[in-house]
Amino acid sequence: MAMQHTLTTERAWVRYALTTLALLFLLVFLLVPLVSVFWEALAKGWDLYADALVEYEAWQAIKLTLIAAAIAVPLNLVFGVAAAWAIARFEFRGKSLLTTLIDLPFSVSPVVAGLMYILLFGSHGWLGGWLSEHNIQIIFAIPGIVLATVFVTFPFVARELIPLMQAQGQDEEQAAIVLGASGFAAFWHVTLPNIKWGLLYGVILTNARAMGEFGAVSVVSGHIRGETNTIPLHVEILYNEYNFVGAFACASILALLALVTLAVKTLVEWRMERQHEASLVRTQQAREALV
Amino acid sequence: MSIEIRNIEKRFGNFTALDKVSLKVESGELLALLGPSGCGKTTLLRIIAGLEKPDAGQVLFSGADSTHTHVAERQVGFVFQHYALFRHMTVFDNVAFGLSVRPRKLRPSREEIRERVMKLLKMVQLDWLADAYPAQLSGGQRQRIALARSLAVEPSVLLLDEPFGALDAKVRKDLRRWLRDLHHEMHITSVFVTHDQEEALEVSDRVVVMDHGHIEQIGRPDDIYENPATPFVTRFLGDVNLFHGRVDGGHFTHGDFAHALEAGTVGGDQAVAYVRPHDLDISRVAQGALAAGSVEHIHAVGPLVRIEVVPDSGEAIEVALTKERYRELGLMLGDKVFVAPKKLSVFVGAQDYAI
Repeated sequence: MAMQHTLTTERAWVRYALTTLALLFLLVFLLVPLVSVFWEALAKGWDLYADALVEYEAWQAIKLTLIAAAIAVPLNLVFGVAAAWAIARFEFRGKSLLTTLIDLPFSVSPVVAGLMYILLFGSHGWLGGWLSEHNIQIIFAIPGIVLATVFVTFPFVARELIPLMQAQGQDEEQAAIVLGASGFAAFWHVTLPNIKWGLLYGVILTNARAMGEFGAVSVVSGHIRGETNTIPLHVEILYNEYNFVGAFACASILALLALVTLAVKTLVEWRMERQHEASLVRTQQAREALV
Repeated sequence: MSIEIRNIEKRFGNFTALDKVSLKVESGELLALLGPSGCGKTTLLRIIAGLEKPDAGQVLFSGADSTHTHVAERQVGFVFQHYALFRHMTVFDNVAFGLSVRPRKLRPSREEIRERVMKLLKMVQLDWLADAYPAQLSGGQRQRIALARSLAVEPSVLLLDEPFGALDAKVRKDLRRWLRDLHHEMHITSVFVTHDQEEALEVSDRVVVMDHGHIEQIGRPDDIYENPATPFVTRFLGDVNLFHGRVDGGHFTHGDFAHALEAGTVGGDQAVAYVRPHDLDISRVAQGALAAGSVEHIHAVGPLVRIEVVPDSGEAIEVALTKERYRELGLMLGDKVFVAPKKLSVFVGAQDYAI
């Protein structure tokens, strides 16, 4: 056994060195910055921290960020599932074009993405005249921020699901349909449970990016305090004004939101695991009862 | 329920999967679609199920045109080659699926569903696995669950796509017999696809042999085996020796040898006689022989002794003798012998089939 062990795995020191390297990397580049955010935010005490968060402008920034995410995430969830479904299940003209287009937001710089919207909807843009005639403001207003957020987050769900759905094939869905399930029932009871982890992961990525996006949003926002600042933009303003407690307090909110999503994911995973283990135990008992 | 296929055509791009195929499956029979991969058998099965749309032709269930009926309304049970069990559901939920997705009005009560599912699980002898997930089952168990699941909705037709294709030889044999018995009990019209001639011949009431998108022969297993209609069927159903020659005056002539044929065989210069190894006998005299050669190889493991006879020119001839006959002849390597057919199929002018 010991022989086999040394035959199929690396030497002990290689294993320890690699593990240490990975852990060190995580510590230096992830854990330390994360802790320092909370450390700086709470450096002048809890009261100042709380004050920095309930302040009007900070509160508005948090609200705007949540609104943008609340619109972008469901929108891209629906779009992502639809696009992945179409690409993984059907052959049609323009399929490769669609696949390329989905990747566009990844390949275009977020600043350029913001500028595209300025060119399109800005007061001197193509649709600017028509928009101002009808009294619709998109740039330097909430719609612009939502549009920019939707744009930069739009590949995550689809990109996560396409390889997964292609690998799983459609036998299970067809089996469901032959058994009399409607298209929706097959999707709800068979497809969705099979892709749920990929979907959850896509949503977490989408959400993180929607809340944290800086470049594209910065271009279309106009930085109007208390109106068109999202948390990342607000953090930058506070930081430039040497208001470190305020800047880090807002930053800590972003970090906290990220931690909460991760905690939810872990909890769901843990519950699934328990269900599965329970089934294993019951099966084992049945097997023993049989013998 | 009987199934009738009328002039079904199906193309995938430039590839013709089915070319005007017509077929009738009698009510209650177990029919095998047999053929090499790419012959169109799976496509035909999927068209019967409604998983694939034919380019032309009709599918009739009990005489009623069902070509455009949606899969969900065809009342067919379909067993997929790779089982297609719902991996996130327990065995119980898998089998219950077809019943529990029914609209509320048609759905049996919880207790009824439970009763029916457990009854089916008992029938496939896996009721003790109700709580398990598909990943915990062996291949054979998965296939039985897939079958139970398809039977839960009480289909009027059962369609199986290479049901035992992914299983190892032993399990395959057991399941084969088990399917045969099950069909005897339930008498549900069943069609199954296979590329394994032994499986098709052993399990089914009738066999449909297919090649290149059309039907080569339909018949009872023994009939197909004894009287193959085409060279393709002959070669596909098992090992066979080929003798090239010509037919005239009621004789098949191969080199210096001639063999009398049944009356009525049409003459021709390009004829091929197909003889199975066990339809050949070895003899020390030339009478009735088709070839002569020397014994080059003797393989004596199993109930039959396999002997390779190599003629002076041409390919080796494979002969299968019973142990008794082998001892009686007292064959030794290098012996000069004659090979005589007990039974042969002669096709005149047919192209030579390579499989």
